Amino acid sequence: MSAVMTAGSVRRVRALATAEVRLLVRNRTAMFTALALPVLTVAVLSSIGFGEETDLPLGAVVVTMLAGFALLYVVYYNLVSAYVARREELVLKRLRVGELRDGEILAGTALPSIVVAVAQVVLTAVVSAIVFGLDAPPNVVVAVLAIVAGVVMFVLLAAASTAFTRNVEMAQVSTLPVLFLCMGSLIFSGVVVPADSVPDRVREVAQFIPLTPVVDLVQLGLTGQTPDGDTVGFGASWAEAVSPAAILVAWIAIGVWALRRWFRWEPRG
Amino acid sequence: MAEVVEVSDVRRSYGDYEAVRGVTFSVARGELFALLGTNGAGKTSTLEVVEGLARPSGGLVRVLGRDPYADRAAVRPRIGVMLQQGGFPADLTVTETAAMWAGTLTAPRPVAEALDLVDLAHRTNVPVKQLSGGERRRLDLALAVLGRPDVLFLDEPTTGLDPESRRNTWELVRTLLDDGATVLLTTHYLDEAEELADRLAIMHQGRIVRTGTVAEVVASQPATVSFALPPSVPRDRLPDLAGTLVVDDGDRLEMHTDTMQATLTGLLVWARDHGVELRELSARPASLEQAFLAVASSPSSPEPERAEVAA
Repeated sequence: MSAVMTAGSVRRVRALATAEVRLLVRNRTAMFTALALPVLTVAVLSSIGFGEETDLPLGAVVVTMLAGFALLYVVYYNLVSAYVARREELVLKRLRVGELRDGEILAGTALPSIVVAVAQVVLTAVVSAIVFGLDAPPNVVVAVLAIVAGVVMFVLLAAASTAFTRNVEMAQVSTLPVLFLCMGSLIFSGVVVPADSVPDRVREVAQFIPLTPVVDLVQLGLTGQTPDGDTVGFGASWAEAVSPAAILVAWIAIGVWALRRWFRWEPRG
Repeated sequence: MAEVVEVSDVRRSYGDYEAVRGVTFSVARGELFALLGTNGAGKTSTLEVVEGLARPSGGLVRVLGRDPYADRAAVRPRIGVMLQQGGFPADLTVTETAAMWAGTLTAPRPVAEALDLVDLAHRTNVPVKQLSGGERRRLDLALAVLGRPDVLFLDEPTTGLDPESRRNTWELVRTLLDDGATVLLTTHYLDEAEELADRLAIMHQGRIVRTGTVAEVVASQPATVSFALPPSVPRDRLPDLAGTLVVDDGDRLEMHTDTMQATLTGLLVWARDHGVELRELSARPASLEQAFLAVASSPSSPEPERAEVAA
C-alpha cells in the first residue's frame, strides 16, 4: 500500500484535506471540541487534584492525559461526527465516483483532526516542560510511536463506529461507550491514581481497553514507569513496551476488520 | 474497439429484492444512450453498477474495455459522473467545491472554465447551501466535466432545472458529444431523450423492455386514428378496417393501427361513399410518450415497490 502512496495519492488527499480544514473552521461545535475541550478537561481535572496521588512528575501526567483526551475527542468523537455528516450529505458517495481511493477518502477527511490532535500534544509537551519541568524522557520514541498508533487506531474505530450512528446528532450517544471505557482506562492506568492502588483484577481487564496501551506506552516513554509501578530505563523500556504494543496492534487489526465489514459509504436506503 | 460501455445480463439485488434483472445494452464511441423508465424501474441501480460504485450481483460490465469496479483506478480518470443527488458539503462555496474536486483529478480543466460551461461563473463565492436545486444540478454537471472525461454518466441531469437551463445543459452535452465524448444518461423527460439520444432503452421493473433509436422504439407502437360518428349512423355500418378498436364511449371511437394509411383510406372511402360526415377526425403517428406509457402501464409484478435510490 505504501508503495502506492504516489504523488497522485498525496495530491488527492491534500485536496480533500484542504476542503475539510475549511469545513472544520466553519463548524463551531467541531472547532470547540477540537481546540478547547481536551485542554479544558485536563485543566479541570488537574485543578481538582487528579494525578496528585501518583508519584509521577506532573508534567508527564498532564501530557499523558492530554494525549488521551485529544485522541478521544479530537480524533475519535470528531471523526465519528465528520464521517457520519459526510455520509448523510452523500459526500462520501460523491467522492467515491471520482479518482480518490477509499483509503484516501478516509485519510483526507481525518487529516485536519489528526493534525490538530498531534499539534495539541506537542504544544502541551512543550508548555509542560517549561512550566512543570519535564525530566529528559527515558524513551521518547516509544511515546511518539504510541501516539501515532493511537491516532491510527482511533481513526479506524471512528470509521467503524459510524456503522451504528445513523446521523450526526446520534454521534453524541453512539460514541459514549468508547469514551467512557477509555476514560476508565485513564483512571486505572496509574495516571490518575497510583498504579499500586489499582486492584490487579481491574488492571488485568483495563489493559485491553483501546486507550490503555497508548497511555501505558506514553507514560513508559516519558517517565519510564511501567503499568505495575516499576521504573525502568531505556533498554528495559522496549521489553516493557511489547505487551501494550501487541494490544494496540490487535485493536488496529480489529478496526480494519470492522471497517471493511460494516462501514457504509452512503445512507441507508 | 467501438463499444465504450458494454453491459451484459447485469443483475443487482438488495437483500432478496432484485432491482435489476438481467439488463443488456452497449454504447458505442461518440454515442448518447438514454435509459428511460418510471421511478423504481432500476435506472439508477443499473447506472451505479456501470459507474463502478457497486459490483453487479450477476452479469458483466465493461467500460472502456475494463471492469469499472475492479479496475476503478484505471477507469475513473477517463469518466465523469453526475449522480442523482449532489453530495456537496453545505458550507463550502461553489469555487471551493470545484477546486477540491479538481485537486483529486489527473488532468482537470481550469475550475473557472468548468463553472463557466454551466453558467455558474457569477455564483462562485456562494455557499452550496444557498444554491437553488437547479444551480446544484449545474454544479454537479461542472464537476462531471471537470476532468475532461471520455465517457460521461449523467443521472437525471436536468431534473429541477428551469427550461432555459435545460436547453443550456442540452447544448453543453451536444458540444461534448461533438468533441468525441460518449454519454450514458438516465432521464424521465421524454423530450430530453428525443432531443439528445442516438439510441435509448426503456426500463420497467428491472428489465429493458424496448430498445433502439427513437424511431425504432416508436415503430413498435401503433398509430392512432380517432373520430366520432353522427348519432344517425350505427356502429355496425362501419366497414372492416385494419386496426383495433380501443375506445368506444358511444360517441367517439379510437383505433390503433400498424397501417395508418390503409386504415384511413378504408375509413375515408367508406365515409365518402355513404355520405357520412366524420367529426373530430384525427390521425396521429405513435410518439415516444405513447411507447413509454404503454410500457409504464403494463401490469405490475407481485414484488413490492421500492425506491430507486440505491440502498
